[in-house]
Amino acid sequence: MRTLKHLWNWFDDITGVSNWLVPILRHPVPPARKSAWFYVLGSATLFVFISQVVTGIALSSAYVASSARAYETLLFIHGTPLGRIVRGIHYYGASAMVILIGLHAIRVYLMGAYKYPRQMNWLTGAGLLLFTLLMVFTGQLLRWDQTGFWSSVIAAEQAGRTPFIGNWLGHFILAGDTVGGATLSRFFAAHVFFVPALIFLFLGFHLYLVLHNGISEPPKSGRPVDPRTYRRWYHEMLDHEGLPFWPDAAWRDALFGLLVLATIVSLATFIGPPALGKPPDPTIIQASPRPDWYFLWYYALLSVIPKWTEDWVILLGPLVFGLALILLPLLASRGERSPLRRPWSVVIVITIVIIIAYYGQVGHIAPWSPRLEAQPLTAEVVGASSGPVAEGAKVFYEKGCAYCHMVAGEGGIRGPDLTYVADRLTPAQITTRIYSGAPNMPSYTNNLTEEQLTSLLAFLDSRHRRPPKPAALPANIGESSPQRIPGGSHGETK
Amino acid sequence: MTEQTTLEGTPKETTRRRFLTRLSIAAGSLAAAIVALPSIGFLLGLRKAPMVWRSVGKVEDFQIGSTVEVRFLDPSPLPWAGVTAETAAWLRRVDEQQFKAFSVDCTHLGCPVRWLSTADLFMCPCHGGVFYADGRVASGPPPRPLTTYPARVQDGQVQILTSPLPIT
Repeated sequence: MRTLKHLWNWFDDITGVSNWLVPILRHPVPPARKSAWFYVLGSATLFVFISQVVTGIALSSAYVASSARAYETLLFIHGTPLGRIVRGIHYYGASAMVILIGLHAIRVYLMGAYKYPRQMNWLTGAGLLLFTLLMVFTGQLLRWDQTGFWSSVIAAEQAGRTPFIGNWLGHFILAGDTVGGATLSRFFAAHVFFVPALIFLFLGFHLYLVLHNGISEPPKSGRPVDPRTYRRWYHEMLDHEGLPFWPDAAWRDALFGLLVLATIVSLATFIGPPALGKPPDPTIIQASPRPDWYFLWYYALLSVIPKWTEDWVILLGPLVFGLALILLPLLASRGERSPLRRPWSVVIVITIVIIIAYYGQVGHIAPWSPRLEAQPLTAEVVGASSGPVAEGAKVFYEKGCAYCHMVAGEGGIRGPDLTYVADRLTPAQITTRIYSGAPNMPSYTNNLTEEQLTSLLAFLDSRHRRPPKPAALPANIGESSPQRIPGGSHGETK
Repeated sequence: MTEQTTLEGTPKETTRRRFLTRLSIAAGSLAAAIVALPSIGFLLGLRKAPMVWRSVGKVEDFQIGSTVEVRFLDPSPLPWAGVTAETAAWLRRVDEQQFKAFSVDCTHLGCPVRWLSTADLFMCPCHGGVFYADGRVASGPPPRPLTTYPARVQDGQVQILTSPLPIT
């Protein structure tokens, strides 16, 4: 031990490291009391980021970002248990980054810690949020599967909605006229070099600011921020009550960080990385692209808004959100910090969480998507294996109806369930609907022959609930008993 | 002992320092520019690929009134492009001599559309866009008909003109 001490003294003498390291470690932090565990989210995000860098470096030593070779290098990485675990850590770590940075932002926002003097903390943090989203997006293509591939096309198409420069922007993202050899390299360079460089820059500044301004004290109702007096008050408070960051506060960061990373590594070890499908082949049309879970809510939102608002939402949505993030510390830099005195902040956070959770679920179900894997109806469901009704069921499937309409639990949910359609619509009404189509249904005027229409109607008209048994009358009712109600639902003329 | 500190200096030294400051800033800016400009230019510049006629099959291989998937190679594909060097298209033989080639990219947001031959419809899996056999929008969110590639018949071969991915 004494040799180590000598070694350290020699090192410190010629570098002076302890002159700045010790103050950083021991810098005073306000006692957080009941809110102490809320403060671990920033450091947890940082630890996961470091984990991503480390696993990323490991992966980049084996991965070749060439469209021709990427798949084989992924097979190579998957060839060993450690390779699979490292890839798994990187994959689950990406989700963890999104979750933790979101929680951290919410915590800071609710505690009003973006107010004076920490406005720049918030602004650099907003930049880091943007870069994190860019990282998960570019990382998707590097996974080199169908979903990542088509997501890049869709992103280019969305960028293409930008007025004037849309076409150029879309092709710039793809690095060419089509998704080709240059696209993967571009995403790789962005994901491994360009965006991480920006992250390091912003992160360094972000951490410096935390030290410079001091970590915020938990807000208290009735104690608004006044820029004229805050710094003096803060430093006096630290003089009286401050605790050394290391280890009095840092232990929570260490424990929670361990918990988060242990969760990620466990997922990677026991569940494993995403399976390697076929390499993304633009000529494989049988693809059903879906974004990763953290973008599902956005995918759902874009799918449910009216068509005419699409361009506006795609372009202005992110811009408005970004502007809101930037303006927040500039316009609301003083005043009450406690969420109890800022009820709108609570409303906004709850609304955002509900929107993301709800639309994430909707995006998962994707009711607007045809169920192209639907199977033809069985004879049991149809109720016949030959004759016009069976023929009609065949037409129902061949014409694509089943992809959007469900019958007895088989089929799509884009359109109304037709299991009992004969209870609601007459054949004449059904014919009208088939011929005229609807905003979300094609018109079959030119796609159906007379015979096909006839069998189709026979089939659809057979779709009704069994008529209820007529009600039994008591035995001793006289001649003037009322007529029995006829069976069948609406007594329509056929 | 009341010498002027070297930080303030005489008026001559101040002028000299101002000049040196400007010189250093100018030199640094120039150094940054001569590295950054070519790099950014390379990054932003797109190599315009030539449009080339690619054969996708013999005329008699295609039935009149049917739509099939064809594949063709990008013009001057990069040697490392691998699977991504090919593009798919839906080719429809309209009559004896006329062919129509549709891009597989849905005009809504770019997902690949599937051809349902028994239904005579293109269907997009992403948001439920539907197109008729001639490319017109049948229903759903797509704003425009399917983009077509120029197609021709040359020496008994059906050819498609390679084109950039339709973005707007």
